[in-house]
Amino acid sequence: MFGQPTSPRIRAALAGTLSAGLVFGLAACGGGDDDSASTDASASAIDCAPYTKFGDIKGKTVTIYTGIVTPEDTPHIESYKPFETCTGATIKYEGDKSFETQVLVRARAGNPPDLAIVPQPGLVKQLVSTGKAVAAPTEVSDNVDKNWDKAWKAYTTIDGKFYGAPLGASVKSLVWYSPAEFKEKGYTVPTTLDELKALSDKIAADGNKPWCAGIASGDATGWPVTDWVEDMVLRTSSPETYDKWVSHEIPFNAPEVAAAFDAAGGYLKNDAYVNGGLGDVKSIATTTFQDAGLKILEGQCSLHRQASFYAANFEKGTKVAEDGDVFAFYLPGKDANSKPVLGAGEFVVAFADRPEVKAFQTYLSSDVWANTKAKLSSGWVTANKGLDQANLTNPIDKLAGGILLDPNATFRFDGSDMMPAAVGSDAFWKQSTAWITGQDTKTTVDNIEKAWPK
Amino acid sequence: MFNTASTTPEKILQMFAALLLFAAVMGVILFIAGRFGGKRGDKVVAYLYLLPAVLLLTVGLVYPGLRTIYQSFFDAAGSSFIGFDNYSTIFSDKDQLTVLRNTVFWVVVTPFVATAIGLVYAILVDKSRFESVAKALIFLPMSISFVAAGVIWKFVYEYRPDQGNVKQIGLVNQLIVWLGGKPIQLLIETPLNTFLLIIVMIWIQAGFAMTILSAAIKAIPDDIIEAARLDGVNAWSMFRKITLPSVQPTVVVVLTTIGIGTLKVFDIVRTMTGGNFETSVIANEFYRQTFNADNQGLGAALAVLLFVLVIPIVIYNIRSLRRSEAS
Repeated sequence: MFGQPTSPRIRAALAGTLSAGLVFGLAACGGGDDDSASTDASASAIDCAPYTKFGDIKGKTVTIYTGIVTPEDTPHIESYKPFETCTGATIKYEGDKSFETQVLVRARAGNPPDLAIVPQPGLVKQLVSTGKAVAAPTEVSDNVDKNWDKAWKAYTTIDGKFYGAPLGASVKSLVWYSPAEFKEKGYTVPTTLDELKALSDKIAADGNKPWCAGIASGDATGWPVTDWVEDMVLRTSSPETYDKWVSHEIPFNAPEVAAAFDAAGGYLKNDAYVNGGLGDVKSIATTTFQDAGLKILEGQCSLHRQASFYAANFEKGTKVAEDGDVFAFYLPGKDANSKPVLGAGEFVVAFADRPEVKAFQTYLSSDVWANTKAKLSSGWVTANKGLDQANLTNPIDKLAGGILLDPNATFRFDGSDMMPAAVGSDAFWKQSTAWITGQDTKTTVDNIEKAWPK
Repeated sequence: MFNTASTTPEKILQMFAALLLFAAVMGVILFIAGRFGGKRGDKVVAYLYLLPAVLLLTVGLVYPGLRTIYQSFFDAAGSSFIGFDNYSTIFSDKDQLTVLRNTVFWVVVTPFVATAIGLVYAILVDKSRFESVAKALIFLPMSISFVAAGVIWKFVYEYRPDQGNVKQIGLVNQLIVWLGGKPIQLLIETPLNTFLLIIVMIWIQAGFAMTILSAAIKAIPDDIIEAARLDGVNAWSMFRKITLPSVQPTVVVVLTTIGIGTLKVFDIVRTMTGGNFETSVIANEFYRQTFNADNQGLGAALAVLLFVLVIPIVIYNIRSLRRSEAS
């Protein structure tokens, strides 16, 4: 779940908004201001040829609707400047915290934006089923073929038609740790799952709880467990089994999935391992996911598994770097040769096929845009193969970018984002929470299987 | 104009447009009403005045209500008819039964305890020197939103482990530690956690009960009280034989009003546990099924069930309200 750092909170906030005031929702829900006024010189000139072939689009406007709001929207808006300069078209950016429900409302009501940045393949599917989405033009499709691993294209190919070019990506298979503590106590970054276990045992033997974890996140409570389980399915079984599990070709209570739960439980439900500075195993259920990893800085625990966006949770002034206060390492595969990567990302879906929309879609799917965006932002990566990693500035982006673009890595999209809502955003979360507070693995997977829509 | 407003000026413009529209509609109605005169005219005018309200109620309440009932007979996607299956799920599925059990706990405990506390408090502070201050104190929680109350009490119940130099930050666990106990993860222990959430609701509603009942107590005619005093009744008899019978219709109104609010409780559960750890109630489950699980049918069925449960209390409430106003 959740490619964006603010997503879980968006969900919670959105839910609150919905419950409180649907009445004047339409007028009141609109988010941040569009089009920031800044005209940054950093927007360098680009080759306009790929876009001029769509015809003269000078003076035309393209609207783009997203859940990305202040401050992350600024680099987005800035990255559109080169396109605007060279084509003379205007991009109207609209960020809205309740994007995920509003975009469906707008599509169904016949008032969709030209483009939407959608963070989940499941939502892309829902949007396509409204009949309002338009398949991506050939130019975009070609760009994606060239720049992205083919798995990405499959996420938004529905009934043989390709709808959404991927935009950004995030890495979830990361373990946060304190480089200083590792150095002081002589711990080394593990390269296999067995080494990770051995390291945990070693830290426990030194008298500390190695892991800290927290899964509380409003009504999305439980989602960090789903990431753990997904990572473990990739490691204890195989990416192929993972695909079958996500598409329900094998049932949720298949032995491979139960084994992955148990593997995750080896850490999360192990009293010797958790929950540093936070209590016993059960305390995981009531600790917010934002708070859990902060215990690393307090020296209460040494390891915390969470996505790359977790960097934003540390206080300002915390040095997030390989030689800093806190950093992350890749959650190792079964052996040093296998490199499964769990991640997430967002997709650009179009609701119009006017030339200017197509031209802008093409720009967004290009490596030119990916590099422009990388130079402008911090805390953002993409799996666009055309990305020059030298353009990534901060250390955690470099790490995530390196993992995403590693040719030996096998990327898989967050499974709970692709499962039906009844499982992916309900039963999987709820049952995982019950599993943390004591429910056994068999009951848990059986219950989730039962919730899978027939 | 009818697009989603995205900038502040646009929103303000939309607001003015809505106000203008309202004024225009009212103008037309008043204009038409003005054309009628005489006895028959009065009736027409009355109906005309009712028209906007009836229209809005139809669009905003009756139609969605009927539509929800209709939807409750359909499956998750809302595409195929499944009869009463959603209702049988509510009364047979293990999770849903827990939801029903919790709702029963809420409805049985909250109104009576809140009303009892309010009544006793109202009597105790009545005509005392600190009456206004004491009343303000207990009334304060009423002015806080349920979500804020949930957040506050979440801190009260907060747990920190008994580990090294970790300090408690929750009031309840700090008290437990001072008394020599070990901190408890209060919001996880079932069914204790449901009652801990109920306390929050009581905390909010006791002030409401106190205010209304206090007004009713003050409305008891002085001559009755004086007559009783002359007869030499003690405090208990005064309460049993004079105060309680006099405020009885008000007590019923307060009980039912809190009962209705309790049946619909959502914010507290959602804020404090999100319905996890077996604390979900009907309103929360309805939301979760509709928006998280994308199960429109079951969501609608839960909404209908809530509606069916609330209706008799509402009717009883209105009847007693009328009776207490008449007396």
